[in-house]
This record gives sequence, structure tokens and C-alpha cells, in this order.
Amino acid sequence: MLLARIVGTVVATRKDDRLLSSKLLVVRPMDPSGKPEGAYLVAVDTVDAGVGETVLIVSGSSARMAAGLKDCPVDAAIVGVIDSIEVVKS
Amino acid sequence: MQLARVIGDVVATMKDPGLGGHKLLILQPVGPDREAVGRTLVALDSIGAGVGEHVFFVRGKEASFPFLPAQPPADACIVGIVDHWTIG
Repeated sequence: MLLARIVGTVVATRKDDRLLSSKLLVVRPMDPSGKPEGAYLVAVDTVDAGVGETVLIVSGSSARMAAGLKDCPVDAAIVGVIDSIEVVKS
Repeated sequence: MQLARVIGDVVATMKDPGLGGHKLLILQPVGPDREAVGRTLVALDSIGAGVGEHVFFVRGKEASFPFLPAQPPADACIVGIVDHWTIG
């Protein structure tokens, strides 16, 4: 899973029927220190996250195992809102 | 599977019900000489690994298999703690 920050929302009127009730958010993956890295992603929100929050992203076919996404055509889902990150320096 | 070092952990109160009770650890993948390679990621822990340990982890849908019949929404899971390794 990846850490990411929510940077925006996506609105789509015409979309796959199985995405009709899904909230789509734009997220930017980041490293544990908060530095953005990698490309922006559109992810389905399953935990009521909002813009500015740090979240946990699950990608690939595993995203369909998030609550309510069975058989949905998604490859990235927000499955947690991060409260704290602790990194131990080696 | 890949080798990695556990460098930290994350706490998430609001999360998918399938992730309840599972430990979330931050991994830094490493190369044969224990040097950091590639980006950090968050993985589930199926074997009781801790910060500072070297582990190997599995990516993709297989990451949920250690918890069968439950299928937590995870794309990375620690499946072994490495005692030592040798190359060549």
C-alpha cells in the first residue's frame, strides 16, 4: 500500500454503472516524510476521506477487496485515513 | 517476493473494516547489500515483524492470502522475517 495526500476531487457524469455511487479523489503518493513522489492517481474513496488528508492507498486487483468495491472496475482505493506516521532512523 | 527493512509504522483509526486488527508497517525495499532500493511502501504484517528487522514481503493480490478465509484489502504483506542471507 502507498501513503498519499488527497489533493482534489473528480466528477464524472458518464461512467461505468458500477462506479455510480463512488466518490473519486485525486491523490498524490508521498514518502513517510511527506515528500510527494510519483504520478497522481484517481482513487475510489471507501472511508469518507477529504481533501488535504493523508491516506492509505491500495492498488491493483487488491483494490476490489475494499468494502463495497466487489467486481467494480477500479485499481486504486482509499482504505484508511492516517492518524500518525512513525519512522525510526537507522 | 522482495527483501525489505521495516523502518516504521502507521496508525489509522478510520479504515476499511477488513484492515481492523492488522498491523501496518512501513517498508524500505533493500538490495543484496542491504542498501535502500526504490520507494517505501506500507505493508500488512502476518507474522509479527517489528521495526528494524529485515523481512521479505509479497506484493499484489497474494498479500491477502495469509489471512484466508478473510481477504483484507492489501497489496503488500510481510510473510517472513529474515535471519540472514548470503549472495553468491
